[in-house]
Amino acid sequence: MTVQDIIKPENLVYQKSKLLTNKPFHYCPGCGHGTVHRIIAEVLEELGVGDKTIGVSPVGCAVMAYDYFDVDFAEAAHGRAPAVATGIKRVWPDKVVFSYQGDGDLAAIGTCETIHTCNRGENITMIFVNNGIYGMTGGQMAPTTLEGMKTATTPYGRKATLPAGAGFDGIPNNGYPLHITELIARLPGTKYVTRQAVYDPAHVRNAKKAIRKAFENQINGKSGVNFVEIVSNCNSNWKMEPVAANKWLVENMLPEYPLGDIKVDGKLVEK
Amino acid sequence: MASFKGAISVDIERCKGCGVCVVNCPMNVISLAKEVNGKGYNYAYMAEPDKCIGCASCGIVCPDGVISVYKAKL
Repeated sequence: MTVQDIIKPENLVYQKSKLLTNKPFHYCPGCGHGTVHRIIAEVLEELGVGDKTIGVSPVGCAVMAYDYFDVDFAEAAHGRAPAVATGIKRVWPDKVVFSYQGDGDLAAIGTCETIHTCNRGENITMIFVNNGIYGMTGGQMAPTTLEGMKTATTPYGRKATLPAGAGFDGIPNNGYPLHITELIARLPGTKYVTRQAVYDPAHVRNAKKAIRKAFENQINGKSGVNFVEIVSNCNSNWKMEPVAANKWLVENMLPEYPLGDIKVDGKLVEK
Repeated sequence: MASFKGAISVDIERCKGCGVCVVNCPMNVISLAKEVNGKGYNYAYMAEPDKCIGCASCGIVCPDGVISVYKAKL
């Protein structure tokens, strides 16, 4: 049996979702954003809600997500995606509304909107792609940057406090990595809070299940924010090749941001 | 002898040659080509088509969704 005999429509087991347009992603090679876009589109297609979904894209690398999804989209000001999603969901309660944000958008400038949307318990799905750096603007330090991680604005590595000596010992400097997902899991307004990754097939499958649950909860009318954090890479600004960046992610990001469900059906998961 | 045989088709012009599919292929079927596509990326291709089992691991990790996976019963 030759390859040409196998490549026939009846033998197809996997292809890109029909809810993605044919426009090539502008993301860097190996960027997790593409994988997250793909699995969101697959989930929406499987749930059959593509024609009544409204996404809200952020400011950041994913700012042009509306070009790639074949669903309705709104573009929010920097950090305000949950606020825009709140408005859309309140006007159209029967639509499926999701926001898609990066860490600079959701955990830095949009912290206020994130926390208050989660505190109000809006019935929306929030997708949070955390790569620990400001990707689009050239790799500056984000609140989620790991301690010791070198970025454009912390060339000697992020330091929580100023180094010892010259009387500066213990004075706050860059602060600690912000665990926004654990933070909002404590709020009664959140229904489902989880952290996933997309660097290998097993974790992509888990992340897809989590995103599916987040959308199903919203469709089933369980009020409360469904929040999925995806720990992703930024190989361009981490200055690594894509495969090396995924390895670095496993060794450095995952100990700081452990994967798994944090809150399921409104109850914190005991660990 | 496996009772299934797989094959992939890569959308060469959209492939960015990141190599994530290469390391995630359990049967080491995929390699990056020596040739480049229109954008100058070494695209992924089936270097050893006989070994492919059609597991779709490459398809589900591909960040650009360029890989379609086919699987046929022998």
